[in-house]
Amino acid sequence: MNRRTSRLGFLAQLEGLPIAMVLVVLYVVFMFTAPSVFTGYRIYMSFFQTVPPMLVLAIGLTFIITAGEIDLSFPAVVALSGFVFTWFFKHLNAPWIGFLLALASGALVGYINGLLVARLRVPSIMATLAAQFFWYGVTILIAGGLQIDIGAIVGTTIHTIFVGRLFGIFPLQALWSLGLLVFFWFILNRHKFGEAIMFIGDNAEVARVMGINVEGTRMKLFTMHGVIAAFAGLLLTLEINVFFPTQGQGMLLPVMAAVFIGGTSIAGGQGVLVGTFFGSYIIGSLEAGVVATGIGGYWVQLVEGLVMAASVILNVILGEEGVSILSRTARKWALPSQAPPGDKT
Amino acid sequence: MVNIEKYFGSVCALKDVNFEVGKNEIVGLIGDNGAGKSTLVKILTGVFPPTTGELYIAGRKVDTGSYSVKKAHALGIETVYQDKSLGEKQAMWRNFFIGREITYPFGFLKVKEEKKIAAEIMVNTIGFRGKGIGVDSKASKLSGGERQGVAIGRAMHFEAELIILDEPTVALSLKEVRKVLNFVHKIKEAGKACIYISHNITDVYEIADRFIVIDRGEIVAGIEKAKISLKKLDEFLLEYSHGLKDKVQP
Repeated sequence: MNRRTSRLGFLAQLEGLPIAMVLVVLYVVFMFTAPSVFTGYRIYMSFFQTVPPMLVLAIGLTFIITAGEIDLSFPAVVALSGFVFTWFFKHLNAPWIGFLLALASGALVGYINGLLVARLRVPSIMATLAAQFFWYGVTILIAGGLQIDIGAIVGTTIHTIFVGRLFGIFPLQALWSLGLLVFFWFILNRHKFGEAIMFIGDNAEVARVMGINVEGTRMKLFTMHGVIAAFAGLLLTLEINVFFPTQGQGMLLPVMAAVFIGGTSIAGGQGVLVGTFFGSYIIGSLEAGVVATGIGGYWVQLVEGLVMAASVILNVILGEEGVSILSRTARKWALPSQAPPGDKT
Repeated sequence: MVNIEKYFGSVCALKDVNFEVGKNEIVGLIGDNGAGKSTLVKILTGVFPPTTGELYIAGRKVDTGSYSVKKAHALGIETVYQDKSLGEKQAMWRNFFIGREITYPFGFLKVKEEKKIAAEIMVNTIGFRGKGIGVDSKASKLSGGERQGVAIGRAMHFEAELIILDEPTVALSLKEVRKVLNFVHKIKEAGKACIYISHNITDVYEIADRFIVIDRGEIVAGIEKAKISLKKLDEFLLEYSHGLKDKVQP
C-alpha cells in the first residue's frame, strides 16, 4: 500500500473493521425497527449470555480454517463435555474434577481427529464428519439418551465463576469469551504456533521446507480445538443448568458462518479473530432482532442470509485494496484540482 | 554425499550418487525432468532421508536418520525453491523468520526486532528501495525475481555456507532472470558456496564453476567450466540426451 496517497490506509490495518460496521449498522437498524427492545440494556445482557459458547467455538474454528482445515466434530464435543461434567457433578458431586475431565474429553476427541488428519492424512472434512457422528453416538449411548438436570449447580463456586452475574446483571461468560479472544489473538498473531498455522494454511510445502513440523502442528491444532470446544460446552451446560444429549446440534453452521463473515478466508493462510468476534455477535443477534421487529419468525432465515451475504461482500470490497481505492476516490471528491498520482499497486 | 541411494517404494530415484561441493564453489546441477535433481537436494537439505548412503557436512558425518531441515539450517545449508520459498499471504517480516523466529520466553514473537532486521536485509542485501514494498507487504505483491531475491537474502542473513537454488528462474521474464543471476553473483562474492539447479544451460554456464550432469538417478558427468565452452557443453548435453555419448565419470 502506498503511504503517500492513502490517508485512510490505517483503516485497512484495523482488523475486522468491515464486519464491525455491519454489527453497528445492524443494531442501529434494530433500534429503529424495535426501539422498545434494542434501546434497553436487557437485550444486550441476553446476547452476552447466549453468544459466548458460540464465540468460543468460533475462536477455535478460526484457527482450524486458518490452517486450511475444517472441523465438523465440535458440536459433538459440546455434548460430550457437557455430559462428562454433569455426570461428575450429579453422581460424585465433584464439579471441578468433572470440569477438568470434560476438557480432557475434548482433548481426546481433538487428538484423535489430529491423528486421522495429520498422521493418516484423511481429509479433515471426512475425518471430523465421521467424528461428529461417532462422538454424538458415544454421548447418547453413555447418557442412555436421557437429559440430566443439574439445577443444584446454581450458586456453586464453579457456576458463579464461569456464568455468574457481575453486579447482578452482567453475564461473566461474556468476559471469559472475551479473555479467550484476546489470549488467542496473541497466539495467532504474535506467537510462533500461530505463525506456523498461517504458513501451513498458506502452503504446507513452504512451511515444511522452512523447518516447520507440519504434522506436529496439525496435531496440536486439532487437540487445542477439542479443548476449546469442550470449554464452550461447559459454558453452555452451566448456563442452562441441564445437559441434553443433542446439545450443540444446530451450532455447526452458525459458528462456521460467524468465522466466514468475520473475514477469515476459506482458502486458509489468514485468520481474523476480531472479525470472528463481531461475526459471532451478528449471528447471535439476528434471530432475536428480526423477531423483535415484529415481521414474523418466517423472515428470520431470509434476513440472516442477506446479512451474511452483505458481510462477506463488504469484506471483499473493503479489503486492503478496497480501502486505498476508497480513500483516493474520497480525496478526489474533496480536492478535485489536486487529483493524487495514480497508485501502481 | 557418498553412495547415496533413494527409493520411493520400489522406484529408484537416486542410484549410487557421489557428490561434493567445495568452499566458495558454485556448482551447476543439470538434468532433465525427473532425473533426480530435486530428490538429491531434498536429501541434502533434510526434507527426507536417503534410503542408504552417507552424508558429510564440513567434513563431519551426519546421522541421516535424525537429520532435518532445522539441522540443515544449523549446519549452514539453505535452500531456495522455485515456488516454495515464501508464504504468499504472509507479511515479509514473517517470511524472513518463519521456522527461526526471534522470540520471548514461551514462544511469543519479538515483532519489532524481526521487522527491523527484515527491513535491513531488504534494503542492504536485496536492494529494495522505495518501491512501496516494505516489511508489512505480503509476498504476493513481489515479482518472481524479487521473491527469489528475498529467499536468497534470507539465506545469506542466516549465514548459510551452502545455498541451494532449485530452478530459481523457471517462469521468470528475462529481466527477472537477470536479477536472480545478480543475486547468485553476490553469493559468490560473499565467499559462500552454491548449488544452482536449472534447465537453462546459458544461465548455469554464466555463474557456475563446475557442472554436474545427472540423468535417471545417476551422475553421468562432472565438468570444470575452464575446460569447456558454452557451445561444447550444449553439444555434449544434446548428444547425451540422444544417447550418443557414453558415460563420463567425474
